[in-house]
Order: sequence, then structure tokens, then C-alpha cells
Amino acid sequence: MQRTFASYTERTAFERPLTSGVAYAVRVLHYEREQFEKQQGWIIKRMDTLEQNPVHKNDYAVEELEPSPLQEEYAPVIFAQDTISHVISVDMLSGKEDRDNVLRARESGKGVLTAPFRLLKSNRLGVILTFAVYKRYLPSNATPNERLQATNGYLGGVFDVESLVEKLLEQLASKESVIVNVYDTTNHTHPIAMYGSNISGDVFNHVSTLNFGDPFRKHEMHCRFKQKPPLPWAAIYTSSGILVIALLVGHIFYATVNRIAKVEDDYHEMMELKKRAEAADVAKSQFLATVSHEIRTPMNGVLGMMHMLMDTDLDVTQQEYVRTAQESGKALVSLINEVLDQAKIEFGKLELEAVLFDIRSILDDVLSLFSDKSQGKGVELAAYVSDQVPKLLIGDPGRFRQIITNLMGNSIKFTDKGHIFVTIHLVEEIVHSIEVDNESNPENTLSGFPVVKSCLSWKGFKAFSQEGPLGSFSSTSSDLINLIVSVEDTGDGIPRESQPLIFTPFMQVGSSISRKHGGTGIGLSISKCLVGLMNGEIGFASEPKTGSTFTFTAVFANGLLSSNECKIPQINDQSKPASSEFEGMNALVIDPRPIRAKVSQYHIQRLGIHVEKVSDLNQGLSTINKGNAVINMVLIEQEVWYRDSSMSSHFFDSTRKVNHGFPPKLFILVNSSNSSKTSSVMSDVDNPTIITKPLRASMLAASLQREMNVRNKRTLNRDLQNLSLSHLLVGRKILIVDDNGVNRAVAAGALKKYGADVVCVSSGKDAISSLKPPHQFDACFMDIQMPEMDGFEATGRIREMEQNVNREASINWHVPILAMTADVIQATHEKCLRCGMDGYVSKPFEAEQLYREVSRFFLSS
Amino acid sequence: MYSVAQLVEYTSSLFQQGFLDDQFNQLQLLQDESNPNFVVEVVTLFFEDAEKLLNQLEKEIGQENNIDFKRVDALVHQLKGSSSSIGAQRVQRVCIAFKNYCEEKNVEGCFKSLQDIKQEYTLVKTKFETLFKMEQQIFAAGGSAPR
Repeated sequence: MQRTFASYTERTAFERPLTSGVAYAVRVLHYEREQFEKQQGWIIKRMDTLEQNPVHKNDYAVEELEPSPLQEEYAPVIFAQDTISHVISVDMLSGKEDRDNVLRARESGKGVLTAPFRLLKSNRLGVILTFAVYKRYLPSNATPNERLQATNGYLGGVFDVESLVEKLLEQLASKESVIVNVYDTTNHTHPIAMYGSNISGDVFNHVSTLNFGDPFRKHEMHCRFKQKPPLPWAAIYTSSGILVIALLVGHIFYATVNRIAKVEDDYHEMMELKKRAEAADVAKSQFLATVSHEIRTPMNGVLGMMHMLMDTDLDVTQQEYVRTAQESGKALVSLINEVLDQAKIEFGKLELEAVLFDIRSILDDVLSLFSDKSQGKGVELAAYVSDQVPKLLIGDPGRFRQIITNLMGNSIKFTDKGHIFVTIHLVEEIVHSIEVDNESNPENTLSGFPVVKSCLSWKGFKAFSQEGPLGSFSSTSSDLINLIVSVEDTGDGIPRESQPLIFTPFMQVGSSISRKHGGTGIGLSISKCLVGLMNGEIGFASEPKTGSTFTFTAVFANGLLSSNECKIPQINDQSKPASSEFEGMNALVIDPRPIRAKVSQYHIQRLGIHVEKVSDLNQGLSTINKGNAVINMVLIEQEVWYRDSSMSSHFFDSTRKVNHGFPPKLFILVNSSNSSKTSSVMSDVDNPTIITKPLRASMLAASLQREMNVRNKRTLNRDLQNLSLSHLLVGRKILIVDDNGVNRAVAAGALKKYGADVVCVSSGKDAISSLKPPHQFDACFMDIQMPEMDGFEATGRIREMEQNVNREASINWHVPILAMTADVIQATHEKCLRCGMDGYVSKPFEAEQLYREVSRFFLSS
Repeated sequence: MYSVAQLVEYTSSLFQQGFLDDQFNQLQLLQDESNPNFVVEVVTLFFEDAEKLLNQLEKEIGQENNIDFKRVDALVHQLKGSSSSIGAQRVQRVCIAFKNYCEEKNVEGCFKSLQDIKQEYTLVKTKFETLFKMEQQIFAAGGSAPR
């Protein structure tokens, strides 16, 4: 029977995966005990001693168990699964737990669980589920007594809690090693641990209830991870990575927005600054314009009035006073101009003109400016322009003159002896002759006084260092002329310590200088700026006690190319003064100093006269008598003539007796008209004439023609000090065009005062019909702003008319037309010239300007 | 009866107050024996011219919202020219301001300028008339006005 039970239970063990074994205990009453024991072959044993003294499972032996004591009834196990076969014959009622279990199962008819306890033999923790088996079917409401009576036996399943839990949790706790504790919590205060090791109580547990089917008992399962869950590195990394990225992106956005805001702010600031800069620029221009006009107007008034005053009847004292006032006024005007120039330069408002001009006559003007002073000091003044410099150049003559005037003015201030020599060459000439000049005799200067070597003054010029002395400096483009101008003097020189500062504005050599000589000290700095504007360089070399040489370069355009179709007015149309009169004549210059002789030769050649140079009187005589060509005039340097009076008179007599032609006219070239030597001049009828230096083409021509009886159209003294407008305008027929009656009256009145014959018309149309060739007008003053046809258009039509007539009749009608304008602006000036006008004057008339403009046309008829 | 000193004082006060400028001096210089009434003639011409111009200006400005600024500018330019030719400085200055307003097409400014011009013109006309009267009296009395 047992075997059957055993094999059956074994085969069906898979149905009961959680039980480690089942067994059946039969109810035996006491009186049945002996019989039962005989039947079975064994004694009913007790298990409670074992409970009190548990032994190791290997030591467990059923036979060792004590027989059970006498009881009312017994519940020995008769059938058991092999796994728990060791409980066979053990009285289930002997164990405390089992006893409770059995009794309860019997009473309730349901499955009952024990509290966990140590199993027999294995001593493992386990619970037993006991079912009562009844002889017959019992209804569910059967009384416990009925149940008791009907009990046959008890079926028990052993749950080895450990293996149970392990089997259950095998899949659960696969990887993380879940630690499980199972408790029997039927008694709340004393939970019985069924499975699991002791653990600390404050660790997080997941608690869930277990239901084995016994309502009487409560079981709980506490689960926790054996190890603390590892830090979720992936999550940490990811989230921190995202955080970082988010921070970065946020930062980028923030930075971008900031940057945009900042750039916008900067932009607004820039716009603001730009507006302010533009406003400042406008303010500067306005300031310059206002100051120019407001200061100059009264000054011009004063000067104009004084000119007028000079024209009236004044006694000598009054004339003196007026002249002094004039000088002061002029000094003030030039001072104002200097300061304004400085301001203009600082504001960057200085602009150069581009007009045709003759550089030789500019130099003549400058010389005449200083001739009085130089003669007074006994300093010889000379100018020389190389033949290679073209006759006409395009540039700003006024500013060029300003530079030379400034340099010469400085020289005059500081030179009391010797000479001041201005030379103008092409840069190419100097470059090519650098080596040749080097061994020049220090005595071989204009006046014999030593000078600073001029090559030192252009030592640092970039223009020279880039190109080699030979070769590549050929000006293939004949459009641009590169001039080099030197002002050499034999004055006091510049002290070494002042030399570096010399171009700095307001620097003067010693404060006493300004008191002694006047001036503001801006001149050189302005000159430097002007030279820069002309694309040149300026430099100097100076030795105290010896002298100074200032040199500058400037770039101009060649005026000869465009002089044919010139729409640009020519200033100072004195290019060939009286050339036709002297053309073909021959002259002889007697001067021991080659440089000075060259200067004299240059000036005389400008008149078209052929010149030969000799160095003393004897050579001169032999040249005259050689007779290849007739010498018409002899110019003898002062020192030659007065050195030896017997020699001189011999020369004089010899020349009277010349064989052929007329005896040459003799001229003595003297430095200063106050020279005492002139008083010892011979008082013959045929006195040699004195010509005072510095030589200038115009005055030379005047002197020569006076002596040579050559008819010279030009008797005009070009000295601008003498504003004789009346000389210019007397008898001239002038047309005035203005739509405004008052303006016409005033303009006509002004011109009539100078003796002109004035006709007025009031519109451009009338002007055109009046000026249709042929007509008698010598000039026309045309208002610009007129209704219907403005001055520009009228002038254009007049020029067209003239061109047509000129073409057909091959003559050259060109009536000078001057614009009258109240607003003298740069643009208007250019527009005037573009339309064929010859210049402009402001309205109302300003005496000096009027003279300047009108003199350009009325010198040549 | 005016004395020469009074005339001189009156004339310089006109200069000081800015009614006249240097151009008027120039005008006086142009007057001589061959042209004895030059100044009076020119100034009278100015009066006629100015009055015509002022009338036309009134008409143009009176259009209020339909002002032809170009035409006004041309008229003011004329007045500016003639006033500057005789040296009527204050009139000239107002003309300059008037021209600016025209460029800006500023109606308010134009109204104001017109009033200013009329006022200045009236003033300077009165001054001239007084001046000429004084000169005439002195001349009639046998004196001669210093130039």
C-alpha cells in the first residue's frame, strides 16, 4: 500500500511543484493502537522530543524516535512520498504544530497551514498543509463534531519554504538577485521567518502578501534587491549630456541674442556718430565759409577803400599814412588767410584747382614781391627755370605761389648777405645729373658765398630712392610733369636743435623771431601740406652761418597738350612777352660767375633773344669783334663793371667803334638800386643803362624796349598794388545782362565810373542778339539767374554763334563773358567755365576781383 | 535844419544797426559830377522794384495751401539781388531766410518771412527817405554831404 502511494505520488509530483512531499496519516484511536501497530509492523513514534533536541539530518533515524506516549488518539503517517518517507510512523499529533494543524483541519474541513517550523530530519523551514479526509461526504454546514466522527485520516503536503521560494522566484530574481524574506505574520507582533536571511529592517522592501489557501494564516513576502541598484549610468550620462547640450544651446542662443543686441546698439551708436560727424562736417564747412566771408568782407572793404583813397588827392604825409595802413591791412589779410588755410587743412577741406598757368610768370610775380626787400638788404635775388619745364602747366598756381612765397619769405627774413636763388627743374634732370654735380666748387655759387649742398635737401625723398639714378626714370607719360623746386639762401641757417621741428605748426626759431619778423609760424606747415596735396615731398638742408636750401617736388599735368582746345582760362597770359619785338636779336652777358650768368641768360632768352656768355670784358670785346653775328646788346654784371674803371671805359669806347651794324647797347646789371656805386657812374650821354635785379621778363623787356626803341604793346605795370581799373576800362564798350533793374543800375554805375561805355539788356535773348557778330563790345557781364534763359544757356548760344561765324569766315570772335553771381560756389565756377564763360565776378562788384578778372582780357589789345 | 554832423551821425547809425552795409558806400562812391543823383536814382529804382515784388509775393503766399514755392523763391531771389546791390543788408538777410523756408516748403516760415520782409522794407524805406531829405536840405543850403 505504501509503495503504491509512494510511486503514485512520485509520478504525480510534477502536479505539485511546490510541495516537497505528501503524506497520509490515519486516525487511530487508542484502543486500536496495538492492533494497528501489529498490522503495520512498527510502533507509533513521537516527534516532540526531536523537536526539543533537534539533530542533524544525517543523524536522523526513525528508529531512534521514542515511542509515542499514551494518548486518546493518534495520527501516524502510513503513506508517504519517498521524499518524506522518514515521517512514516510518526504521530502527527505529537508535534505541536502538526497537532494544531490536524485538529483544525479536521474541524474545518478545509486546508490548513501550519506556522513555519523545522521539519523533521531536514530541519529545514517548512509548512505543512493538512487536509482532513472524511469517510463520507459532509455538507458544508456540518458541525465539527460530525466532522470529528467522520474523519478517516489526514493528508498533508509539505512545503519546503526555501525551495518553494526559490522555485517561485527563480525567474523573478534571475539577474538582480532579489533577496526574499517570507514571514508567517499570523501573529503580527511576532512574525515567524519562513525563508530568507536576517536583514536590516530599514532597507526598502517590497511587501506583498502570500496566500497559501489557509484563511487562518497570513503570510508575507518581503523582497528587496540584494545589491543596491547600480547607478543608472546610461540615464545619468544621457541626462547630463542632454543637460549640457541644453545649457550650451541655451548659452549659444543667449550669446547670439546678446551679440545681435550689441551689434544693433553699436549700429545705432554708429549711425548717431555718423550723423554727428556729418553734422560736424557741415558745421565745419559752414564755419569756414562764414568765417571766410564774414572776416574777409570787412577787410576787403577796408583795403578797397584805401585803394580808392590812394586815388584821391593826398599830400605826401597822407599818402604815407595810407600806405602804412594798406601794408597793415594786407598783412592782416594774409594772416587771416594763413589761419584759415590751417583750419581748412585740419578740416580736410583744402582743395587744389586745376587751371593752366605759366610757371615762369608765377616766379616773376614772386620775385617782384620780394625785390624791394632784397634790394634793401643787398641780397641778390635770382630765379631760374630749366628749359625742359613746359611753358604751360595745369595745377593750382595760387597754392604753388603760396609755397614759393613762403619759402622765399623765410629766406628773406633770415638772409642779410649773399643771395637767394630759386631754381625749378624737372626731377629727371636732377636725377641724371646727381653724379655730375658732386664735385662742384664750393665757391661756384650765385653770389660767391658758400651754400649748403642742395642735394642734401632732397636726400630723403622717396621719389629718388625708388628709381635708380639712371634708366627707368624716363617720363614715358608726357602727361605728368614732376618738378623739383629749390630755394637756396646764404642766410643764418637753422639751428640744429630746431631742425626736426621746422615743419610743425606754430614753431618758430626762438620767440624773439616772431617779434622781430612777425608771422605766425604756420607757413612751413601749410607749405608742407600743400606740397603733399600736389603729390610731392619737401625737405631742407641747413647749416648755421652758411645758409639753408629748401627743396620740394610737385606733380603737375602738362598744359601744352590741352592748350589748343582750352576751355580752362589762362591765368597770367604773359607767356611770350614782346617776343616778336626782340626775336632774332643777340645779346652778350659778361659775368664771371657761371651760375649767375646762366640765370641772366635764361631771362633774356625768354624774350626770344639769343644769348652768349663770357666771363670778363676782354673776352667780351673779342666776341663782339669776332663778328659772327651782330651783338645788339651787352649786359654786364655790376661787379665786373665797377671793378676796374679804366678797363670799363676802354670797353665802352671800343664798343662804340664797332665795325658793322649799330653799336650794342650797354646795360649794367645791379643788385640794389640804392647801391652807392651807382653814384659814380659816368655822366656821358650814352650812359650804360642800369637794370636792377632780380631780373624779370616783363621789366627786362620794358627796360630793353625803352633803350632799343622797340615798340612794346605792353607798357603796363603789372604791379597789382596799383588798381587802375580806369586804365583797363576807359573807352571799352561793355554789355551788362541782368533781369533786375537795380542790379543793372548799380553794375552800370560802377563800370561807367571807370570810363567804360555801358549798354544794359535785361534778358538772355537780348544778350544773344546784341552779341551776334559783328559787334562792338569788348566784354560782357552776364547775370546767371535769369528767368526764361539763364546765363549759362545764353553764353552757350553766344559761343555757338561765334563758332559758326568763325568757321565760315576764318576769324576768331570770342567776346569775353564774365558771370555775375551772388553765390560764388565751386560748382558754379566750374559750370561757368564749362559753358564757355571766361570767368566770374561776384555781385555786387568787388574792386580787386573785378580788376583781376578784367585785366585778363584787356591787356592784349 | 540838419547839420552835416547830424547827417554823418545818422548815416553811421544806419550802418551800425545793420540797415546798410558796405555796398552802400560803394554806391555813394559811384556818384560824382557826371552822375550827381546816382544814389537817389538807384534807391528809387529799388523801391519800385521791391514794391512790385512784395505785391506779387503777397498774392502767391495768400494762396495758403497752394503755394508755388518755386515762383516764390524766384521772386525772393530777385529781391535779394536788388537789396544786396544797394546794400540794404537787413532786407537781404530776411530774403536769405525766406529762400531757406521755400526750399523746405515751410508754409509757416514763409508767412513769417513775408511779414519780416515787409517790415524791414518799410523800415529801410523810411530810413532812406529821411537820409535823402537830410541830404537834400543840406545841399539846398549850400553844403555838401561828405562821402
